[in-house]
Amino acid sequence: MRHPAPRLALSAAALVFACAATAAEDYVLTIKDHQFTPAELEVPAGQKFKLTVKNEDASPEEFESKTLKKEKIVPAKKQIVMPMGPLEPGSYDFVGEFHEATAKGRLIAK
Amino acid sequence: MLATAIIVFREVIEAALVISIVMAASRGVARRGLWVWGGVGLGLVGSCVVAAFADRLAEAAAGVGQELFNAAILFTAVGMLGWHNVWMRRHGRELAMEMKQVGQAVLSGTRPLYALGLVVGLAVLREGSEVVLFLYGIATGGEGGTGAMLLGGAVGLGLGAAVGLAMYFGLLRVPTRHLFAVTSGLILFLAAGLASQGAACLVDADWLPPLGRAVWNTSDLLSEDSLAGQVLHTLVGYVSRPDGVQIVFYLATLVIIASLMRRFGDKPGRSASS
Repeated sequence: MRHPAPRLALSAAALVFACAATAAEDYVLTIKDHQFTPAELEVPAGQKFKLTVKNEDASPEEFESKTLKKEKIVPAKKQIVMPMGPLEPGSYDFVGEFHEATAKGRLIAK
Repeated sequence: MLATAIIVFREVIEAALVISIVMAASRGVARRGLWVWGGVGLGLVGSCVVAAFADRLAEAAAGVGQELFNAAILFTAVGMLGWHNVWMRRHGRELAMEMKQVGQAVLSGTRPLYALGLVVGLAVLREGSEVVLFLYGIATGGEGGTGAMLLGGAVGLGLGAAVGLAMYFGLLRVPTRHLFAVTSGLILFLAAGLASQGAACLVDADWLPPLGRAVWNTSDLLSEDSLAGQVLHTLVGYVSRPDGVQIVFYLATLVIIASLMRRFGDKPGRSASS
């Protein structure tokens, strides 16, 4: 385990800030017309990373994945950043819960 | 319409189960309706406020505002449920006797109903804000029409309420002298499940280490997407792929509330005589 013990709130907050600052270099999904681009995104297995989800639609969406255990609102015309991983190698399906018919995607951890 | 009904049902069922347990636990208390339904009403109002400020919430605390907000709601509910259980352990026996002897008027205002009202409000707030956002999204997207959306929402709400009512009337069949023990037990597991969800939110926010991802995986056996899986998720905190830290929080909550109930409840010797 990379964490020996639960961190103090302050140092955790500092870390979150530090990570958020570098989020631009990390992995990005875009929602447009209730579809994810790219529909398949390759991410590194076994390490932490940040996943940014940009919603370019005029309506809110919810990024949801049972396998990734994520459930997060992406407000209209906004983006969210999620700390992810470390993931086991494999594929992880996700949907936009508010438009499940069209908004489907998959992370592939290698 | 069907999609709307299913999503609304999925959100409503959790709140409905919490309300049914709270209603059963507060059986026979005067003015409980005021607190419980007041909690539901405030939860609905709060849902709209949260939905309206979802943008800012998402951006708060360096992007993990939503997770921290959910964790705060969950742990507040855990505290209130624990408080209720400890209080009930202390006074439950008197209440049960009074209910039999003097009737229900005696019970007015003596119990910490605000704790239960708050729990109901928080449950509605958590589930309701998603429903509001979802319905708002459909309304602005113009898909399927507003009429179909409202119908779907009503069907989902009705089905969720029906599950809650079934649970409530099921609990009412429990004899009065056992009812408090049964509802205390339900509330204990409910609180542990909420604490485990709260821990998951803090892991999402990267504030807690997961202590092992997916310690076991029973998603093929019983998925949380299924109706049974979701009901068990709400009632006893069933998770098909729990993080280690979720198990720690679950067990710790069980142990802490149970030992507070022992510590501050009636002395064990007295229970034999009643």
